[in-house]
Amino acid sequence: MGVDRRRDACDTRCVPSEQKQASIDRMNAGMHDFVPHNRELGLAVVDFRHPSGELWMRLPYDARLVGNPDDGMLHGGAITTLMDAACGMAVMVRLGTASRIATLDLRIDHLKPGTPGRDVVAHTECYKVTRSVAFVRGFAHHGDADDPIAAVAASFIRKDAA
Amino acid sequence: MSAWLERVRAARAASDPAPLLEAIPYARFMGLSAGLVEGELRCSMRFSDHLIGDSSLPALHGGATGALLESVSILTVLWRSETARLPKTINVTVDYLRRGRARDTFAAASLTKAGRRVASVRALAWQVDREAPIAAADAHFLLTPE
Repeated sequence: MGVDRRRDACDTRCVPSEQKQASIDRMNAGMHDFVPHNRELGLAVVDFRHPSGELWMRLPYDARLVGNPDDGMLHGGAITTLMDAACGMAVMVRLGTASRIATLDLRIDHLKPGTPGRDVVAHTECYKVTRSVAFVRGFAHHGDADDPIAAVAASFIRKDAA
Repeated sequence: MSAWLERVRAARAASDPAPLLEAIPYARFMGLSAGLVEGELRCSMRFSDHLIGDSSLPALHGGATGALLESVSILTVLWRSETARLPKTINVTVDYLRRGRARDTFAAASLTKAGRRVASVRALAWQVDREAPIAAADAHFLLTPE
């Protein structure tokens, strides 16, 4: 309660300025209009860095997303959805505009069990774009980037590319 | 005996895998159900507006398709092996082959290898025509021997 969620998401080095927060709010409004499943899960962009194509996105812990009723851990599918969304949004950050893209493939490695009850933050980076394809990698953690619970590698086809 | 082994044995005795998915909150949230079709374990994901990932088309969210593929894979491992706990996903790779349309989606998986500690699974998801799958997955799971 009263915790600065942006801070625990990606540490103090990237607490957004007011102006940046306005762009983040616009990104979230656009995403929630355009992607009903992201809205349903409460996915939210918490920060981004433009030229490097980096993005931070939060998945709030939700009892509906539990994969094992015996321990309360989130289902892998919820992590896949977070990673797919965070990777796709990193492509748009890198391109600097909302773009028509579709996931070509996506690999998730589950590095360690998540902690029931904790939100998950994805930090993704679109490290290369070509005319047709965008490549993204990233990690997910519970607030400590040095202690990741999952890794992702994904590629996207650019549908509006020449 | 562990809770999952108990659930699996009861489901096998009734030749009905449905209760295994019903025990999982996320499967209920995603509209997943399971059954045997000509002896093959199948999962289906009932279409719902909240599963849309691109409302301009509309298209299913890649994460929803991935969740269906991972779920049918886990269920197939449970059904076919004697793991004392729910298999833990080590990794999953999803290939998106066609746009998932705003309709029900089906999936089945085959156990490529079931070792003592690790199971390898391939899964396929389709909508109208199984010969025109919308996505495929390769996944590895960690097993807990009884």
